[in-house]
Amino acid sequence: MSDDKITLEIDGRLCTAVPGEMIIAVADREGIAIPRFCYHEKLSIAANCRMCLVEAEQGGRPFPKPVPACATPVNDGMKVLTRSKKALDAQRGTMEFLLINHPLDCPICDQGGECELQDVSMGYGEDVSRFSERKRVVKDEDLGPLIATEMTRCIHCTRCVRFGAEIAGLRELGATGRGEDMRIGTFVERTVAHELSGNIIDLCPVGALTSKPYRFTARAWELTSEESIAPHDSVGSNLRLHIRGSQVMRVHPRDNEAVNECWISDRDRFSYEGLSSPERLTEPLLKRNGQWQTVDWQEALHAALEALQAPGPDQLGCLISPTATLEEQYLLQRLVRTLGSDHIDTRLRQQDFRGDAADPTFPWLGLPIAELEQQQGVLLIGSDLRQEQPLLAHRLRMAALDGATIALLNPYALALNHASLQLVAAPPALASELRALSQVLGKPVQGATVEISDRHRQIATALQAAGKAGQGLVLLGALAEADPDYSLIRALAAALAETAECRLGFLAAAANSIGSRLAGSLPHRLPGGAAPKRPGLDAQAMLTDPRQGYLLWGLEPDRDFADPSLAMAALRSAKQVVACSHFKSAALDEVADVLLPISAFAETAGTFVNAEGRWQRFQGAVAPAGDARPGWKVLRVLGTMLEFDGFGQNNAREVHDEVAHACSGLAPDNRLSDARALTAITERSAPSAGALTRIGNLPIYASDALVRHAPALQRTPLAESLAVYLHPQQAADLGLTEGDQVRLIQGAGSHSGSGSVGDNAAAKEARAPVVLDDRIALGCTRIPAGVDGSEALGPIIGPVRIEKIGA
Amino acid sequence: MSFRNTPLAVIQDVDKETLLTPELRAEIDKHVAKYPPEWKQSAVMPALTLVQDHNGGWLSRELMDQVAAYLDMPETAVYEVATFYAMYDLEPVGRHKVCVCNSISCMLGGAEELMHHIEKKHNVAPGGTTADGKLTFKEFECLGACRHAPVVMVDKAYHECVTPDAIDKIIDDLD
Amino acid sequence: MAENQNTVCFRTMHLDARVRHTLESYRSVGGYRQWERILREKPDPDQLINEVKTSALRGRGGAGFPTGLKWSFMPRSKPDQKYIVCNSDEGEPGTCKDRDIMRYNPHQLIEGMAIAGYCIGATIGYNYIRGEFYEPIARFDEALEEAYAAGLLGKELLGSSIDFDLYTHLGAGAYICGEETALLESLEGKKGQPRFKPPFPAQAGLYGKPTTINNTESLASVPVILEKGGQWFLEQGRPNNGGPKLFSVTGHVARPDNFEIPLGTPFRDLLEMAGGVSGGRALKAVIPGGSSVPVVPGDVMLTTDMDYDSITKAGSMLGSGAVIVIAEGTCMVKVLANLAHFYAHESCGQCTPCREGTGWLARVLDRMLAGQGRTQDLDLLDNVAGRIGGRTICALGDAAAMPVQSFLKHYRFEFEYLVEHGRPLVEAA
Ligand SMILES: Cc1cc2nc3c(=O)[nH]c(=O)nc-3n(C[C@H](O)[C@H](O)[C@H](O)COP(=O)(O)O)c2cc1C
Ligand code: SF4
Ligand code: FES
Repeated sequence: MSDDKITLEIDGRLCTAVPGEMIIAVADREGIAIPRFCYHEKLSIAANCRMCLVEAEQGGRPFPKPVPACATPVNDGMKVLTRSKKALDAQRGTMEFLLINHPLDCPICDQGGECELQDVSMGYGEDVSRFSERKRVVKDEDLGPLIATEMTRCIHCTRCVRFGAEIAGLRELGATGRGEDMRIGTFVERTVAHELSGNIIDLCPVGALTSKPYRFTARAWELTSEESIAPHDSVGSNLRLHIRGSQVMRVHPRDNEAVNECWISDRDRFSYEGLSSPERLTEPLLKRNGQWQTVDWQEALHAALEALQAPGPDQLGCLISPTATLEEQYLLQRLVRTLGSDHIDTRLRQQDFRGDAADPTFPWLGLPIAELEQQQGVLLIGSDLRQEQPLLAHRLRMAALDGATIALLNPYALALNHASLQLVAAPPALASELRALSQVLGKPVQGATVEISDRHRQIATALQAAGKAGQGLVLLGALAEADPDYSLIRALAAALAETAECRLGFLAAAANSIGSRLAGSLPHRLPGGAAPKRPGLDAQAMLTDPRQGYLLWGLEPDRDFADPSLAMAALRSAKQVVACSHFKSAALDEVADVLLPISAFAETAGTFVNAEGRWQRFQGAVAPAGDARPGWKVLRVLGTMLEFDGFGQNNAREVHDEVAHACSGLAPDNRLSDARALTAITERSAPSAGALTRIGNLPIYASDALVRHAPALQRTPLAESLAVYLHPQQAADLGLTEGDQVRLIQGAGSHSGSGSVGDNAAAKEARAPVVLDDRIALGCTRIPAGVDGSEALGPIIGPVRIEKIGA
Repeated sequence: MSFRNTPLAVIQDVDKETLLTPELRAEIDKHVAKYPPEWKQSAVMPALTLVQDHNGGWLSRELMDQVAAYLDMPETAVYEVATFYAMYDLEPVGRHKVCVCNSISCMLGGAEELMHHIEKKHNVAPGGTTADGKLTFKEFECLGACRHAPVVMVDKAYHECVTPDAIDKIIDDLD
Repeated sequence: MAENQNTVCFRTMHLDARVRHTLESYRSVGGYRQWERILREKPDPDQLINEVKTSALRGRGGAGFPTGLKWSFMPRSKPDQKYIVCNSDEGEPGTCKDRDIMRYNPHQLIEGMAIAGYCIGATIGYNYIRGEFYEPIARFDEALEEAYAAGLLGKELLGSSIDFDLYTHLGAGAYICGEETALLESLEGKKGQPRFKPPFPAQAGLYGKPTTINNTESLASVPVILEKGGQWFLEQGRPNNGGPKLFSVTGHVARPDNFEIPLGTPFRDLLEMAGGVSGGRALKAVIPGGSSVPVVPGDVMLTTDMDYDSITKAGSMLGSGAVIVIAEGTCMVKVLANLAHFYAHESCGQCTPCREGTGWLARVLDRMLAGQGRTQDLDLLDNVAGRIGGRTICALGDAAAMPVQSFLKHYRFEFEYLVEHGRPLVEAA
């Protein structure tokens, strides 16, 4: 490498570089500022704004014209002048051209104070405009609820267009027309529908594309900025919160190459709106004689303690949102365990816990996030990746563009923005599909397989080839985790990975799913990953075998469980339910007895452990809503009131340090302790005749309570509502057509796999329209979870019966 | 990152047999065959031209979308092309297009007079269509037949050294 | 002089106008003999390229880059698919020669492209023809069919191992697609926006593969160069300015036409061939190489010869060989406004200076013509043009700037008069 280095001079400073690097990249590294608008290090080079013109010479011969620093490769011995008379004149010229048609409305522009054009023009701004012709006025387009446009301000740098083509993989924005008439837009006034769309707001150097929710709410100079970590998926995107007073006004990405690069998903960008939702729980409430009463914290805490102690140790169950901080989870498990119960879990959407005994201690993605891009072959099992982990989907897309084989095994085909090999099979057949892949590689696993197709061969051999090169990966996603045969699928995936010499990885669903493993907030894990003497009840067992008392943390019981009906039934039957929550909800109103308002995202300090096992701490950035209190403090007080040991921490940091201490020496490792044996688990049978398997995917904006309360996100096309997606052929067999209203029936009770539905007293019912979608496997139907109406349903993956209304 | 030159191909989830007409598809396929298989989009210009001819001289959004679907292109990329080139019309046009070259050689040869003549006689400004829908009058940049200035392209035929009298006759002879 | 005319691209011109474009006619003047010889003998491509180098053939599309040298840049040894692309987009105002090559002698272009393909290792060629050229397109397509039928194009030609497929690709009305990298973008099914160079097409051209782009006339000249020898071609013109060249003489001349005459012919003779200035007027100015090059005052032109180097000395460029003659009595502000509108209309829009500057120039000129000019407008025009030229991705920026600067230089008094009096010095255009 070092032989490859060359040296050049920029503004008299000696710099080293790699041949082929562009002048601007070298200058950036050296801290030499060259103005630019079109250049962006993550996008292809357009060299169209002509702002970065500099003077250069090679071998003593000056280039005849100023050259664009963003598109001129460096050479050994090159001399570059970025501020010479010639260079400045060229830059000034460009600046003037950019400004002649740019409205000089900075005082009312949302970008005012943080506008690249404004900043750069300050440096040249001595010119009185010589332009006395009429300025261009451009009609605006409505790009949807997230992005506001003011296209008269556009300077045609095409960053947004290139972002669409290269990063989002969806070319919604284009530059139509030519010359002066060139316009950036969709041309047909289309809502931009992509999970990463908000990044164009950051990319736009001027105020042409701005945040619609943020628009006109604050001026840049009124804001202070705090660092934070995104609370939704397991990427743990690094954020910058912009704050005025005690309100988060907007969220921006913070560069971290290893995690989120310079991007964030729209979910991470716009979910802050949920913080100021009118639905926030802002004061402690007690239910007395069926009536809610506002009480002070003291009274509420006493009531809570009573409620937690009343049922007796074995009758207390604790269910925690996996987006809870490491500190909260740690103190929760400590509180509950000191109370004598090991019934504690965050795996709310999991149904099959048969493999718990074989669980790895510190499961993870299997590799650092950034390395996803270098994989040559990836098999994704049971994952709607773009919805679950938008930025990991982006990393895999980069790998695909680089030639990697991205294969998927899912109950429905995904709309991806890159080439892929997709296997589509109803959940009961997923295991057979995996066995088929192993069989192709000459290592059959016991059990049924499907007929081997060319696609199986293609996928298996691609995985094997990638594995041989050390760049193969088998990943399990949220749909796999929700499957009633998850243990089996996981074991088969592990066996396949081993055969193909690929790594095995887990796409941890939520911001702190991995943290649960380390904090010990699972029935079979203590802090640091050790096993308790006897594991407690898992999330499912706590509901099928209802407890008399529950402690709920940060969740909405009718939205966040694998089987909301079951959860609600269990909670209804309990004597005591204490819920610590960010939001009010009808479901909590109904089942809880004590409601304690806790700090949400941005309101508390804490730690998330992301998919790759990276611990990321953050500080509280704003005051909690109303009377809410940081969760860890509430728990500390409860512990202290009970005079329990280990609740004396003075700050969140000390809690963190305790967990860290418990985890010292622990490294991520995905080995299952008894994988082979698990492949012999019996499959839960397919649904009985007349029923289909429901696939209750979790739409991107239904993933947790905060997102569900963010209004702008809920208005985007990606926010799904309850519907019954059926393959046209399946629909025809059922005598259904698009738009038909149907009744959905999912049985309660037996989750051990009887597969019977409907004829049960506790059967639940919902109504929804039919949508035809030929990407869905036969034998199943996609009915989203977490959305309005889904609370009346049963297991997210499980049998469902569909009846036409009026038939 | 450096320069990119990869096809923009997207998977357009439609049955190609439902797009355009079988004849148009066959014609487009002839063009598609000229280019590498992964570069179907190279045929977008001939495809738009064919579709426009078939549609009475203009391209509707629906037709552009169908071309996009047929060639597995993002719709936006097709709009970009359709709005970039002067020979595509995105609004309904008259039965005939009368395109007068307005560039230097033709201007020196009397194109301006010719244009004023058409404007007055048919009461139509450049870019407009006559009330009877007979013709759309367009100014064109250099038509590349400068030695016959002024040049007028009427539909697919060039007319050379056109005088006001000559253009009257040409237009009269159109149906 | 007449015997020196029409010796290369127009060498079928003397044949029966009804059939001179056919394969048979072309064969009758020696057509396809070079291509057949190559297919039979498979000469070393370098030897052929050297012949073209000797000929001093310079690109006829406008830039005048030596064709043989351009071919030698192709990485022939790379196994990649390579392409030869012919630029028949002919959109430069004043230029109308390539159209006539395709109408009168399309086979020679086909043969030239096939030979060029062989020289650079390309087995596929595209001829990018502007979409408005309905008649030339039909002619060229007919000729292609004939050539395929005669086994001159296709696979394993004449039993050799040599393949060459040739296709037409049609533009749809955009001058900028004459710029070679915009042309490639257009061929790739995009809008015609020039690419930044490097990489040059010889490294990454069409579909990212090594590509050579040449003008129609350049390519059509090749069969004759091989037949008669590079030396012969060179001797038709002047050193460093080999061969005859097509000149499109238009504007204020009595008999506008294309003339294929040796490079180095005095302008005075060419003007005479075109019947002199029309209406018996005096010569005011000449734009000697297509609308993009600087204007030259008539008296300077009358002492200049028509070759690359001489015209450069006269302060302009030979460009595409489009000679636009302007007679006394023409308002130069109006002429410039016409040119300015052309470039504003044809700017692809990607570069800031070109997108914003060309429209600005046109508007200022319009305002002046409307009697609203200001004294500072003259400097403004000159300065804005200077801020466009040399600062854009492609040469359209220069093309838009050079006329402005040269018109102001030579005809400043007309601009001044206009500003002062609110009406042009000369009323007519
Ligand atoms: C704005 C612009 C327009 C051009 N138009 C044409 C054209 O219409 N025909 C052409 O052959 N070359 C045109 N050129 C020149 C081409 O870029 C290129 O130099 C030429 O096709 C190369 O062929 P040659 O070396 O045989 O001349 C144009 C260049 C520019 C900058
Ligand atoms: S100079 Fe003009 S025409 Fe050329 S690339 Fe730039 S904007 Fe396009
Ligand atoms: S940053 Fe270099 S041209 Fe825009």
